[in-house]
Amino acid sequence: MSAGLKVVRAGLFDTLQDLGRIGYTALGMPTAGAMDRIGLTLVNALAGNPPNTAGIEIGVMGPDLLVEADSVRVALVGPLSPSLFESEGAPPKPLETDRSHLLKRGQVLRVGMIDGASTAYLAVSGGFALLPFMGSLSTYSRAGVGGFEGRKLAAGDELPLTLEQAPAAYDRKLGGPFDYGSGPIRVVWGPQDDYFTEAGRQTFVTAEYKVSKEADRMGIRFEGPTIEHAKGADIISDGIGPGAIQVPGAGLPIVLLADRQTVGGYSKIATVASVDLPRLGRLLPGRTVRFTAVTVEEAEALRREQETRLARAIANLQVARPAGGIDLARLYEENLIDGIVYEREAIGR
Amino acid sequence: MSVRYLSCGDTAFTVEFGNEISPQINGQVMALHAAIGEAKAAGGLAGVVETVPTMRSLMVSYDPARATRAELQPQIDALIARGLSADSVGRKVRMPCCYDGEEFAPDLAEVAERTKKTPEQVISAHLGSAFKVYVLGFMPGLAYVAGLDPSLYLSRRSQPRVRVPRSTVAIAMDMTTIYPFESPGGWHLIGRTPLWMFDQRREQPVFLAPGDQLTFERIGRAEFDDIARKVEAGTLDWSELIAP
Repeated sequence: MSAGLKVVRAGLFDTLQDLGRIGYTALGMPTAGAMDRIGLTLVNALAGNPPNTAGIEIGVMGPDLLVEADSVRVALVGPLSPSLFESEGAPPKPLETDRSHLLKRGQVLRVGMIDGASTAYLAVSGGFALLPFMGSLSTYSRAGVGGFEGRKLAAGDELPLTLEQAPAAYDRKLGGPFDYGSGPIRVVWGPQDDYFTEAGRQTFVTAEYKVSKEADRMGIRFEGPTIEHAKGADIISDGIGPGAIQVPGAGLPIVLLADRQTVGGYSKIATVASVDLPRLGRLLPGRTVRFTAVTVEEAEALRREQETRLARAIANLQVARPAGGIDLARLYEENLIDGIVYEREAIGR
Repeated sequence: MSVRYLSCGDTAFTVEFGNEISPQINGQVMALHAAIGEAKAAGGLAGVVETVPTMRSLMVSYDPARATRAELQPQIDALIARGLSADSVGRKVRMPCCYDGEEFAPDLAEVAERTKKTPEQVISAHLGSAFKVYVLGFMPGLAYVAGLDPSLYLSRRSQPRVRVPRSTVAIAMDMTTIYPFESPGGWHLIGRTPLWMFDQRREQPVFLAPGDQLTFERIGRAEFDDIARKVEAGTLDWSELIAP
């Protein structure tokens, strides 16, 4: 019998994402991938997966998932308040976020709403048994490719699991919430900062900008003071990197994110430093930000420092013990034999 | 040759060869694109992830955890200094196209009127153009193909269409294109190819590549339907359309 997770109630915008579709932008194929690579990397670490394993990127509200496998280890990262229905009709039991949980056949995980961020992540140990498209499982819904049938998850979808049952292991939790940083969003001037007046550049790095309702995986349209062009908004199209900030004729900045097009014809005043892209990938409409300029060298150093902290957070994952001490039954169960055979009967359930 | 390096944050930079559209400049872009690909394949340029060629520039993306801009830029300079052959020869691709009827070519009459030609003369000028794929982008598989016969230059439609069918062949400015998906569009629609520019069932889902030399070949409705059936069924031998 094949193992799976069944979507019994859909969330708002949940898609499978890995770290992106690399190597096809020259053919016009966007990279897509996780809006918050830190969240995806951490959730995979909790599930015991390599960082580039596809997980579910939760958009605003997550799904209800029915376990159709002997067991599955599910990890969640982000400001969630998940709960578990242990059987049909049973009252929901709250679960902790930022940790993994061993779930059993017939149980339903309610991922629920995200509190104060736009994205959160769910991973399963071993990953999903889906075929990559152009080397990646990242969903790019505009072209209907990748992930699960190229689209966001819907009620009735059955996500096939690679593993029939969860590998024997302790559940793990984060040592603490990851520090995404605060203060202004760091940007590097260019590629077309010379298309703007000095006053326009000053407006951009001094004013406050609000995330408009037009914010999705492709990018965020900001509201605030207009930025003055010197040479106009149009250029001969060139490549668009992650975090590129294009300013069309109306003068308001648009930050381009995971599902951005590969090339574009608007002048780009600056580019978000990669250290702060995960922050933007979590921003909700209505939030305000400021931008501040750093050099390429500073941005590279900030990113390397963040990678070091991320590696440390993964090295410092803790064994998650239930409240009240050691769960003897679980210890017994997870130490059984060689860690591959799981016998429900052996522990008398 | 002097190039400008433009910053695209700490994960990419753009090598700009000029601020105009010309075959010479695009040839240099494509030659650097190829040279970086070869250097990477030979185990060099550690940290470079991929490159995006456009009309007049090449964006180089890199992993800031594995390389810095200060390390990479001299290596790119060295590749340029070695010399870029601007006449790199792309694949020769045949593009069957049906120009018949209001369904496939709704703008043919208007284009003819505005360019003071007969519809047949418009078709001949399109067939006679020496096209080259400059850039792919905007949506997967959408190619900006330059080389349109100058007598057909027209600005974009003032009212873009909400719905342009897949595989429509269109012209605007000095270019032609083929819509890979049904989408909105502001170009002038003069024909349709039975080929799909993007088909995720294929091992290489995107048909055209930057640098391809493109020749349109006129087909009638019966031949269109025949090829379209093979494309739909996934039985078309695409290699017959490409000469190395």
